[in-house]
Amino acid sequence: MAKKVPLQITLNGEERAEFVESGSTLLTALRDRFDDTSPKGGCNQGTCGACTVIIDGELRLACLTLAEMCDGASVQTTSGMAKGGVLHPLQRAFMEGFAAQCGFCTPGMIMAAKALLDRVPNPSRDEVIEALAGNICRCTGYEPIINAVLEAARANSHNAA
Amino acid sequence: MPLSLRSFGTVEEASAALKAPNARYLGGGTLVVRAANEGDLTFDTFVRATDARLRNIEITGSTVTLGASVTMAQIVKHPALAFLAPAARAVGGPAIRNMASVGGNLFAPAPYGDFAVALLALGARVDVGGKTVDIDRFLATRDESRDVVSAVHFELPKEGAFRFAKVSRVKPKGVAVLSIGALIEQDGAGAVKAARIALGCMADRPMRAKAAEKALIGSMLTEDGIAGAAATVGEGTEPITDPVASAWYRAEVLPVHLRRLLLK
Ligand SMILES: Cc1cc2nc3c(=O)[nH]c(=O)nc-3n(C[C@H](O)[C@H](O)[C@H](O)COP(=O)(O)OP(=O)(O)OC[C@H]3O[C@@H](n4cnc5c(N)ncnc54)[C@H](O)[C@@H]3O)c2cc1C
Ligand code: FES
Ligand code: FES
Repeated sequence: MAKKVPLQITLNGEERAEFVESGSTLLTALRDRFDDTSPKGGCNQGTCGACTVIIDGELRLACLTLAEMCDGASVQTTSGMAKGGVLHPLQRAFMEGFAAQCGFCTPGMIMAAKALLDRVPNPSRDEVIEALAGNICRCTGYEPIINAVLEAARANSHNAA
Repeated sequence: MPLSLRSFGTVEEASAALKAPNARYLGGGTLVVRAANEGDLTFDTFVRATDARLRNIEITGSTVTLGASVTMAQIVKHPALAFLAPAARAVGGPAIRNMASVGGNLFAPAPYGDFAVALLALGARVDVGGKTVDIDRFLATRDESRDVVSAVHFELPKEGAFRFAKVSRVKPKGVAVLSIGALIEQDGAGAVKAARIALGCMADRPMRAKAAEKALIGSMLTEDGIAGAAATVGEGTEPITDPVASAWYRAEVLPVHLRRLLLK
């Protein structure tokens, strides 16, 4: 049996604590211990981006991050984005722009896009492409996703104005 | 198999723990956690050092020191390291660059190790096991190393003296067909005084193109001047074959990309 270690994180703004297996990944911890299944396990190799989360403001792959390294960290996932039943502009733009088909890549795409918009509120198309370069989508052909991110940026700047 | 993580405050303690045959150092984890996920049974203990200095970028005079845990993203963002940003940006996508460390890149097998190619061209020195060794020597002996790398050092190159190219088929992020780093010193007239050329994917780890370096000495960076370097750049190479390209293909395109880099 693997040793259990305590893990305390702020998950989408909420203080949470669980015991996790030493040496297990954050992806396993989030899905199996914290009941947040928004990050997906696509490859467990770092190649697909479906497990992408934001840790202390930085984009990371949960499948390659050991859970216990995150003790005390703030972790953001797509399940924390809707507030009071209202979708985040990125979620709305993905929905309205048909940027999700099977939806498996969507939580990772949204995290990668959020990390970009947090830093660059009005990105160029090339900046969006660069920001999503670590995320694979087998369904959409990427165009609707890129457009949705640009649309969410536009919606954000309207709201801000 | 159960895995465990052991964290130590100092590099020395982590180095001591790394002597156990079942221990592996944990940098950013992009290769080593992946190996664990894929069922690598050669280790069951991750060892890491938490010393904050490992994450420092220091520039003293003309000497740059990168702590081993410095990430590719930190390098991309550093204003004084703009010349190195193309090599750091060549590694993976945005999330990988937030995790991938300098230390880990020094151990990455081909087709990875793009940043190590740049460090080899720069003639970096590596702090490992309390000693400082040339990167050439470090790369040659890294398989036997059971010590923690704590930092790398190199001199800031003169404006325009450092060149880097990574060739991949998928843009903006893709595994390397090959990568090339070059540090070229020219005299007032433009003739090459000294050259270090490093290649990625041309062996199982980054290597120097010593024949091409020699062929460049005294030459101008013109189509004629670099012909000798392009003709000899493949000497001693044993390119890898992987799903991205065959050894044959890599060998064929190497002189083309060297020529483009040198004429840039
Ligand atoms: C999807 C994906 C894409 C990638 N793309 C690229 C790419 O384009 N270019 C590229 O070069 N690489 C790429 N890589 C490989 C890898 O991310 C990088 O090489 C990275 O720099 C490795 O660093 P790390 O800190 O994650 O290493 P780790 O996985 O932590 O370690 C790698 C190896 O080095 C050893 N090690 C690490 N740090 C030290 C230290 N300080 N002292 C002693 N030993 C140490 C570890 O024990 C292990 O054996 C990619 C990886 C993935 C998963
Ligand atoms: S599951 Fe983490 S990148 Fe694919
Ligand atoms: S919508 Fe199916 S993988 Fe992207």
